[in-house]
Amino acid sequence: MEFLQPATWEEALEARAASRDAVPIAGGTDVMVGINFGRLRPALLLDLTRVPELQQWGTDDGAVRLGAGVPYARVITELGDRLPGLAMAARTIGSPQIRNRGTVGGNLATASPAGDAHPALLAAGAEVEVASVRGTRRIPVADFYRGVKRSALADDELVAAVRIPPRTGPQQYSKIGTRNAMVIAVAAFGLALHPDRRAVGTGIGSAAPTPRRAPAAEEFLAGELDGLWESRAELPPATAARFGELVAGAAAPIDDVRGTARYRVHALSVMARRTLTWAWADYRKGDPACA
Amino acid sequence: MSTPTRTPAGAPSSVGGPGGRIGDDAQRPDGVLKVRGEFAYASDLWMDDMLWGVTLRSPHPYARIRSVDVGPALAVPGVHAVLTSDDVPGEKVYGLELADQPVLALDVVRYQGEPVALVAADHPDTARRAAARIVVDYDVWEPVTDARAALGHPTWNQVHDAPAAVTELSRESAHLHPHGNLVRHLKVRKGDPEPTADVVVVGEYEVGMQDQAFLGPESGLAVPGEDGGVDLYVATQWLHVDQRQICSALAMPPEKVRLTLAGVGGAFGGREDLSMHVHACLLALHTGKPVKMSYNREESFFGHVHRHPATMRYEHGATRDGDLVYVKAEIFLDGGAYASSTPAVVGNAGTMGLGPYVVPNVHVDCYGAYTNNPPCGAMRGFGSVQTAFAYEAQMDALAAELGMDPVELRCRNAMELGSETPTGQVVDSPAPVAELLRRLVAMPLPPEPATGDDVDLRHMPGGVSNTTHGEGVRRGVGYAVAYKNVAFSEGFDDYSTARVRLEVVGGEAVATVHTAAAEVGQGLVTVEQQIARTELGVDAVVVHPKDTAVGSAGSSSASRQTYVTGGAVKAACEAVRGRVLERARGLVGRPAGDLRLDGGKVVSDLEGVALPLADVLGDDAVEETVEWRHRPTQALDPDTGQGFAHVQYAFSAHRAVVDVDTELGLVKVVEMACTQDVGKAINPQAVVGQIQGGTAQGLGLAVMEEILVRDGRVQNPSFTDYLIPTVLDMPPMRIEVLEYADPHAPYGLRGVGEAPNISSGPAVLAAIRQATGLPLRRVPVRPEHLTGT
Repeated sequence: MEFLQPATWEEALEARAASRDAVPIAGGTDVMVGINFGRLRPALLLDLTRVPELQQWGTDDGAVRLGAGVPYARVITELGDRLPGLAMAARTIGSPQIRNRGTVGGNLATASPAGDAHPALLAAGAEVEVASVRGTRRIPVADFYRGVKRSALADDELVAAVRIPPRTGPQQYSKIGTRNAMVIAVAAFGLALHPDRRAVGTGIGSAAPTPRRAPAAEEFLAGELDGLWESRAELPPATAARFGELVAGAAAPIDDVRGTARYRVHALSVMARRTLTWAWADYRKGDPACA
Repeated sequence: MSTPTRTPAGAPSSVGGPGGRIGDDAQRPDGVLKVRGEFAYASDLWMDDMLWGVTLRSPHPYARIRSVDVGPALAVPGVHAVLTSDDVPGEKVYGLELADQPVLALDVVRYQGEPVALVAADHPDTARRAAARIVVDYDVWEPVTDARAALGHPTWNQVHDAPAAVTELSRESAHLHPHGNLVRHLKVRKGDPEPTADVVVVGEYEVGMQDQAFLGPESGLAVPGEDGGVDLYVATQWLHVDQRQICSALAMPPEKVRLTLAGVGGAFGGREDLSMHVHACLLALHTGKPVKMSYNREESFFGHVHRHPATMRYEHGATRDGDLVYVKAEIFLDGGAYASSTPAVVGNAGTMGLGPYVVPNVHVDCYGAYTNNPPCGAMRGFGSVQTAFAYEAQMDALAAELGMDPVELRCRNAMELGSETPTGQVVDSPAPVAELLRRLVAMPLPPEPATGDDVDLRHMPGGVSNTTHGEGVRRGVGYAVAYKNVAFSEGFDDYSTARVRLEVVGGEAVATVHTAAAEVGQGLVTVEQQIARTELGVDAVVVHPKDTAVGSAGSSSASRQTYVTGGAVKAACEAVRGRVLERARGLVGRPAGDLRLDGGKVVSDLEGVALPLADVLGDDAVEETVEWRHRPTQALDPDTGQGFAHVQYAFSAHRAVVDVDTELGLVKVVEMACTQDVGKAINPQAVVGQIQGGTAQGLGLAVMEEILVRDGRVQNPSFTDYLIPTVLDMPPMRIEVLEYADPHAPYGLRGVGEAPNISSGPAVLAAIRQATGLPLRRVPVRPEHLTGT
C-alpha cells in the first residue's frame, strides 16, 4: 500500500487526478475500519490531513464555508451558534475521540445513508464544493447523494468544503439509536425553519437508499406557517402531527440488523413532530439559541 | 529456551505495599499499568523471529467438505506452513466435557466460522491473503437452527401432559452428531406430580444470544522448545484444562506442553474453550518458529462460545395468600454446533431455574440441544441468567394476579437458612433473600424525571441524540433477586493448588505465591497477596507468573477462584507458617503457645519476644505446596434431579429505575441499586467493582446485547452492531454489601462475580414492564417491542 501526504491543495488534486483509485483519508473513522476489517485494500492512501485549507472555516458569500477536514468537535465548539442543526448532529456522533477525528467532508465523501451530518445539511440547504485539477464546482447537497454510498463526486474530484447558510431561525436534529451514545443511526431527522424566506428545510437519514428531503412535508408546513411567521401564534398539534406523517411518508426504509422498516417510519413521524414542536416553541420565544 | 520479550507485565512485578490484608481495599498490582495503557495483553506478545498464524473458517453453517486444496496458499511468498486436520498428530477432536469439536474441520463443518485450515507466514497480511487462496469445495447443507426443532420438539408440551420423549428426533431434523442432537436432558422432580393451586400463571419467554464482549480478543504465542515440546503464552481461564486438550491433540505428554498465562483482557466464560491454542502450537511445531495468533474483533465473534439462547415455558401455581404451591418449567438451551459446557449449563439452568424461592412441588425439564448455530457455552451466570428472566417475570405476573406487592410475594416465598431447594438440598449457610429485597425497598428513589427546559439530554432516553425533552417518557421501578451456585457442582472434583514460599531477601521477609489461577481482570492476584499478607504477617508478596509448573487451580469461572484458590493459598500459608513457627519455638527455647507471624517477625506476646524472620530462617526458604478442595458435592439423581449438588450459593438483588420513551421505545436506566451477600469482602473495592460490572452486563442483555443469527449466520459480528452499554447507558449505582459468613468457606466468603449479572437484567425488564404495561416476553427488549412496530 502506497501512502501519499500532499502538503498543498494543488498537490492533493494532482495526486487525485494521477491515481483515480486512490482512497482519500482524513479522520480515518470509515477508511481505517474498512482496512482493519480487511474490506478495503487501497493501492494508495491519499492523506489529506496536512492540507491547511481543509482545516479551516470562514464566511464567504453569506455562507459558512466549512473546510472538508474540520472535525466535528470544532463544529460543535466553533459553529454551534451559526450552524445549530449541524452542531446538534455532530454531538450525536460516536465518542469524543471520533468527534476529534471525523469530518463533515468525510461524511460527504462516504455518502452513507446513515451519515449523521446529512440530514442537517439537507435541512439547511447546503452546497458541496468539490474540486479537481479541472476546476471547482458547487453541488446542492440534495443532488450530491446518488445511491447507497455513491455520490456525485467524480473519480478525479475531492470534497473541498461544504457551504452552509447560517441559520435564520430555529434548527433541530434528532437521531434514533438503540443505545444512548456511540451508535449508528437507525433513523435521523434534521429540521431548519427559514423565517427569512418563509421556508422549511428537512433531512431524513438512515431511512432510504440515500439521505433525502421530505419535500411534501416542507411544502405543507410552509403553507401552514403562512401568517404564523408574523403572529408567532401557537402551532396546532394537528399540524405537527400531519408534518410528522408527511416526513415519514417520504422515507423508503428497509429492515436490517439495526431496526425494522416499520419502526423507522414510525420513529421519523415522532421525531419530525417533536422537533417541529421544539423549533416552533423556540421561534415563538423570539428564537433564542436552540436546545 | 527463548521467551517472549513481552511477558505479562502485571505479574512478575506484583509486589504489594503495606496494608492490603483481608478486608482492605488493597491496590491491584496491574491497575496502574492498565489505566496507563502499559499493561501487556496477550495481543502484545512479540518475538523478533516469530511468524503469524491465521485461520481459514467455514463460511457455511452446515456443509460437507468435498476437498481442500492448499497449494495456492503454499505458493504465496512468505508462507511457511498451511495445515489441515491431516496435520493434527493426536486426537482430532477436543472439548471441555465431551470431545466432539474438531481441532480443524474433518469432513463436515457444523457452524459458520468453524476452523478449516491454518496458515503461518512472516506477515499477518501475507497469511490472510494466503488463507483466502485455499480452495475448499463445500457441499452445502440446510442448517438446523432451532433447538426445539433439533430435538423433534417444535411446539411446547402441554405442561399438564407427560413430557414427550424428546430424544426422539423428528424426521425433519438430521442428526448433527452420531449420538443425536440432545446434549443433556435434566429432570427435576419433587413433591406431588399433579399439584393444583388456586392461582396459576403461565408464561413463555425467550432470551437472545449474548456475547462475553471481552475487550482483548483471543491471542497467544507458541514457542517451539528445544526438547521437541512447546511453550504457549496465552490469554485463558484455566491453563491446565487447556494443557490437557492440547496434549491430546498434539499427542504429547504434559511436560512437553507448558503454558504461561499472558495478559488477559476479560474472559466472562468466553475463554474456557480452546480458541487458537492448538492451532498456534501446531504451526510452531511444524515450522520450528514462534507463531503468534491474534484474532481481530470480527474473528473473535466466531472464535469463542456465546451465552446459550433460551426458550422457556413456566407455570407457577400459588395459594390465594401467595404461597408457591408448584412450578413446572420447560427450558430449551441452544448449544449450537458443539457441546462445550452445555451439559453443565443445563445442570445450572435446571437446578437453579426457579430462583431463590421455596417451592414444594417441582417439575422441571431442561434440555441442551445441538444445532448449526454458533457454539454456546460458558458465560458469567451460566444458565442462571436465562432462567432468571423467566422466573422473575413469573413472580411479577403472579403478584399482579394475586393483587400483591411483587416484593412482598418474593419475601413471602424467599429461601432462608434451612430451606430446601428444588433439588432437595438444605441451605446450610445464611440465605438473606428477603433482607436483600427489603434493604432495596428502603433505599431512596432517584428524583423524578425532568421535563421541558430543565432537561439534560444525557439523562433522557436517547441521550444527546435529542429524541425527547420529556415527551412520552414514563418511569418504572422493578425488582429481581437471584441465586447462583459458587464453584463446580454435581460431584466434580473441584480443587486448586497453591505453592507458597517464605524467605528473607535483602533483609526483608518476602512471600511468593505460585498458583495457576488465571487473573482475568477480576483481581485474583490482589486476593492472593492479601491472603498471604494476612496469614504470614509480611508486606512483600510476589505473585509468581501463572503457569503449568504448578498444579491446577481449576477455572477462573463459576465465581470460584477467591473461594477455591483463595482456600488453597490460605492452606499453603498455614502449612508454611506451621513450619516457621516450629523453627521459632526451637530458637525461643520455651513452649510459646501464642507464637504468630507479624510485621516480618515471629511474635509472642506472652513471652515478650519478637524474632526477626531473618534470625529464624537465615538463608533458608520455607515452601509448601497444597492441593485444596471444598467439601464434596454429589451427582444429581438422574430420574429426580435430587442431590447435594452445589457447595455454596451466592445471593443478590437489584432494583432498577427506568425512564422509557413509550412513543419511540427508547430506554434510559436511571439507577441500579444492588444488595448482595458476599459472606466476607476480601477486597471490598473489588467486590463493588464486580457488582458494577455484573450489573452492566445484565443491563446490556436486557436492552441491547444480542448476536443476531439468521439461518445459522451471524449478522452483527462487530462492536458497530453488537452494542454494549456506554457510560450513558449504565447509570450510577447504590450498592450495599452484606457479610453473613458461610461457615463452610474460607474466611466465610462467598463467590461474588456472577450473582449481580443474574438479577440485574430481570430487574430492568420488570421496570420497563411497569413503565409500559407490556408483557415483554423476550430479551433484549428492542424499540420495536415497545412500540409494536
